[in-house]
Amino acid sequence: MTLVLEQILNGLQFGLTLFLLAAGLTLVFGIMGVINLAHGSLYMMGAYAAALGAQWTGSFWLALPIGLLAAFAIGVGVELLVMRRLYGRDHLAQVLATFGLILFFNGLLAWQVGRAPLLMNGPEQLAGFIEVMPGLPYPIYRLAVMAVGVLVAVGLWYLIARTRMGMLIRAGSTQREMVSALGVNIAQLFTLVFGLGALLAGLAGVMVGPIRSVQIGMGEQVLILTFVVIVVGGVGSVRGALAGALLIGLSDTLGRAFAPSLLKLWMSGALADGLGAALSSVLVYLVMAMVLVVRPRGLFPMEG
Amino acid sequence: MMRQRGLFVLLLLAFIAVPFIAGALGNTYMITMATRVLICAMVAVSLDLLVGWGGLVSFGHAAFFGLGGYVVAIAATHATQGGDIFGWGGTNEALIAWPLAMLVSAGAALVIGALSLRTSGVYFIMITLAFAQMLYFVFVALKVYGGDDGLSMTSRNLLAGARITDARSFYWICLILLAVVVALVGRLLNARFGLVLRGAKASERRMAALGFPVYRYRLVAFVIAGAIAGLAGALWANLGRFAAPDMLSWLRSGEFLVMVILGGSASLLGPVLGAAVFLILETQLAAHTEHWQVIFGPLVVLAALYMPMGLWGYVRGRSS
Repeated sequence: MTLVLEQILNGLQFGLTLFLLAAGLTLVFGIMGVINLAHGSLYMMGAYAAALGAQWTGSFWLALPIGLLAAFAIGVGVELLVMRRLYGRDHLAQVLATFGLILFFNGLLAWQVGRAPLLMNGPEQLAGFIEVMPGLPYPIYRLAVMAVGVLVAVGLWYLIARTRMGMLIRAGSTQREMVSALGVNIAQLFTLVFGLGALLAGLAGVMVGPIRSVQIGMGEQVLILTFVVIVVGGVGSVRGALAGALLIGLSDTLGRAFAPSLLKLWMSGALADGLGAALSSVLVYLVMAMVLVVRPRGLFPMEG
Repeated sequence: MMRQRGLFVLLLLAFIAVPFIAGALGNTYMITMATRVLICAMVAVSLDLLVGWGGLVSFGHAAFFGLGGYVVAIAATHATQGGDIFGWGGTNEALIAWPLAMLVSAGAALVIGALSLRTSGVYFIMITLAFAQMLYFVFVALKVYGGDDGLSMTSRNLLAGARITDARSFYWICLILLAVVVALVGRLLNARFGLVLRGAKASERRMAALGFPVYRYRLVAFVIAGAIAGLAGALWANLGRFAAPDMLSWLRSGEFLVMVILGGSASLLGPVLGAAVFLILETQLAAHTEHWQVIFGPLVVLAALYMPMGLWGYVRGRSS
């Protein structure tokens, strides 16, 4: 029972990390209508900047702002140089351009940093375990990651639903010309939103650093899962991104932990191990397929 | 159209000349390189049927390519090393294995297409990518067939019992098959089927109003494209006598898309040109520096931003 609970916590933590990525990606798509494959690269750049920062300074708390700032700056740079020219173009051009960006960032890191994975330590203050319930110690750092995810979710909701900038974001996504005619600098707004998405991706990257190794290609693995999250949740919807992220995070983690032992109830051990490994790595895609059959536009489709 | 024919003949002559030039230079690697171009061109032409003509940006085309490769590799493994799959002892005969590869890829395309085509636009891109990734993980997990390491074939398939290990004869086979594929796709595009597909790209609603079941037409296109990619995968596995999960990876799907757009989408021969330029550029850059992606990536970005018509647009002249 404690094992199941521990895996549920792991799943929630993974889901909340995915949410940070999905929220940025879905906002950028919902507002600018751009599909950005390089979102995973921003996550990777944030993680690398933080890992290198931690090596130089020796402190997680200094590495954190370094990672965030790097992701934000790279995001703004990418928006100004490339994305800006892609608004209003067809998805094909967007896919191609952002694919080129992925190649560039991967190549750049391989060239400048090297292919060996980097290790990064979490903050000392958050080291150790806390007993979340009798007999179940859980890493404090992972709990902190979950707390950050929840805070970001609340913060984003507040930003979009309650502030002037959020109002402009919502208005800009449906009535771009009208908002622009009212004297709002739409180009600036878009740059800011893109930078915000990059910042969230960078945050996810920095926080994942101490849990998994920081390496080239980490962005694409998580990008594809993020796509699954967005497809399940509904493109453009932050609420959908949260629901999708939790669903996918939980099914992926629980599938990996329990699929082989569940299958052993019906079949022989070796077969169950092989099939279980295969099943657990495709489980999230099966979840996605099922959602698509029932609701082709995701759980929380954007109106209009 | 005349210009199209002219270029078709020109490209064909260039490809026919390759083995003779390579023979004169005594450079066998050139033939292998050109064979890779032919096979990738085949995938690119099939992908363009979806992307360029159908307006369906599939980001998972490598899945069908890889599936085709695995079918021949698995069949050959059982034929030479014993064992069976679903009670079948495998085969090393191309006339059986290659059509089977097409059939399996077509079957996968039918299932993936049926689900993905329920959506459109950006959903379609993400979903095709996700399903391809799913198949990728299946082959990574399939330890029986090599898992991560891939699956080697001890020899190339036999074609009607004859060996095709010679680089030259294999090149001719690929060239003939590519020519057949291009001719078939070209024929298809000018038939009623192609017109409906192109019409649905321009306006799905109008085609539906005319009474055409757009979904079904698109699904058929998806299956045809998948089958062609499967054949290309079978050839690729034969070329290197090797199939690996890498054949299904999202990176490959992206590369095939780059070939299509670099060459010029919706132009039938543009993707062939794109495949040739892509592979030559990649090999040249990789020969100069290990970090060729740092140069290649920005080139791709520039092509996406400033060459919407692709290379074909320049060949044809910027009339439209």
